[in-house]
Amino acid sequence: MDNITFLDAGEQGLVVEFGTRIDPEVNRRVHRAGALITAARIPGIIEIVPTYRSLLVYFDPLATARRELGERIRTLIGDGGPEEAAARPGRVIEIPVGYGGELGPDLDFVASHTGLPPEEVIAIHISVPYLVYMIGFTPGFPYLGGMSERIATPRLEKPRTAIPGGSVGIAGSQTGIYPIASPGGWQIIGRTPVKLFDPAAAAPFLFAAGDHLQFKAVTAAEYAAVAGQVAAGTYAPVCRAIAAEGGDRQ
Amino acid sequence: MISIITAGLFTTVQDEGRWGYQAYGVPVAGAMDRHAYNMANILAGNQPGAAALEMTVTGDTIRFDRAAYVAICGADMRPALDGREMAVWTSFPVPAGSVLACGYAAGGCRAYLAVRGGIDVPAVLGSRATYTRAALGGLDGRKLKAGDTLAVGACDLADTRPLVLPDEFRATYGSDIVLRVLPGPQDDHFTADGLATLFSAAYTVTDEADRMGYRLAGPKIAHSGKADIVSDALPQGAIQVPGHGMPIVMMADRATTGGYTKIGTVIGPDLALLAQAKPGDTVRLRRCGDEEAVAALRAERARHAAAAAWRAGALRPPSAAVRRFSLTVNGQTYAIEIEEEST
Repeated sequence: MDNITFLDAGEQGLVVEFGTRIDPEVNRRVHRAGALITAARIPGIIEIVPTYRSLLVYFDPLATARRELGERIRTLIGDGGPEEAAARPGRVIEIPVGYGGELGPDLDFVASHTGLPPEEVIAIHISVPYLVYMIGFTPGFPYLGGMSERIATPRLEKPRTAIPGGSVGIAGSQTGIYPIASPGGWQIIGRTPVKLFDPAAAAPFLFAAGDHLQFKAVTAAEYAAVAGQVAAGTYAPVCRAIAAEGGDRQ
Repeated sequence: MISIITAGLFTTVQDEGRWGYQAYGVPVAGAMDRHAYNMANILAGNQPGAAALEMTVTGDTIRFDRAAYVAICGADMRPALDGREMAVWTSFPVPAGSVLACGYAAGGCRAYLAVRGGIDVPAVLGSRATYTRAALGGLDGRKLKAGDTLAVGACDLADTRPLVLPDEFRATYGSDIVLRVLPGPQDDHFTADGLATLFSAAYTVTDEADRMGYRLAGPKIAHSGKADIVSDALPQGAIQVPGHGMPIVMMADRATTGGYTKIGTVIGPDLALLAQAKPGDTVRLRRCGDEEAVAALRAERARHAAAAAWRAGALRPPSAAVRRFSLTVNGQTYAIEIEEEST
């Protein structure tokens, strides 16, 4: 069942591929393998990069030969029984979001495009936790899965040159958050005052690939309160454990 | 402290890169030409990984407020110390108040200025490397500009003899380079003709060549299927081929993930050559296997170790620097020892 493929990615890169599609089950195996490899502390491994459907293992071939490393990883991953997967619960991190208005200038467009009232767009957007398949593109940018097709909306025809950090958007059937100010073409429906990425903090990243994010609609007063805590460095993210078979798969 | 009087085109603080955070989307960054960068640190007497300045195409004019010891390696930007021309691939003392001026790069396009003690900017996520797109590391996460000042780490200036790096440790930068490529991870997304094109054609470096990637132009590389994949990780040196069929080599500031097929990977030791290539230069890609790639990495490390050993030998106490000659005059052989006086 655990058919993995090893691919070359330069003399210091080994790709461990679990599939070619976007699929929560494939992604779960990626993160499980990443956790097993990290825990094994194999000499020569520099770092591992989990993505939708594969892991890139950077290693020093003068410390561990490619073939040995592959064998070691294959043994570690084993046959991937479901009981072991259930033993590693992920986290659900709450993301407070101010929707619409100045913070979410495209909420009305998404509403008119989908034929739903804006309140219904928000209700659907916050209805389920989203799996962080991977982090990439820019520091802390989460590739999320699980958004309802009912609120899917195409990208802007003309991308904006500057989108504020914390902006929450929709692009097709994807949803995501811009961790830092950047140009982009996503439909911006809201903004979170929480920092996804703060290089100076003791914990620089709010979440890791394999976690889930749960958006929560907040009032202007609540938004301001959280923003104040973030500025003062006193904000504590709301976080709960989720069973591996939990709400991300529908 | 050092002060930037006039800034080069794109000068940043760089080190070996910010490894360990690609899982969080943080690009590695770091010196583009790791050979020249390492040689500069060796000449300067720094530990491996000390932060240095990477100057691109044109260099900076820098005032040294205090006495220092510096090394310059890589592209020849005709450095001049208080108007006196200095050679590249050398190291030398800089008196307090001196001005080091670097000009336009001849041969290559990136030069590394290492200062003994290292450029002392705060480490961000374990590295001083500048990643400008997210304003991380270096000096406020940006390229240097006139008026900037940079601290230099504590160092020992007891021995400041100038050094000249032997030729065997230098690199030369031509306008027609060959890079070894390990096929994969998506070489199976290309036709046999596509792969043959990659490994036989001459490509030209386009104007879109920067710290993030080098776009090449030349014969189109044929895919056997779609040019897009479900995004996966982008290793250093990866050769992405989007639908237009032109290769893009991913460099130090590459994004951590990407969604185009990757036909192969330029091996690490050869990336230094591409880092010195300029728009208009010719790039040829040669297929290699894993054994050859690993051997190249081993050879690169051995060369760096040999350079460090050479420097240690060059700095032995002057009393050990004795040259011995054998001279025969009228049938009589004399043994002669010449000891250079230390200054």
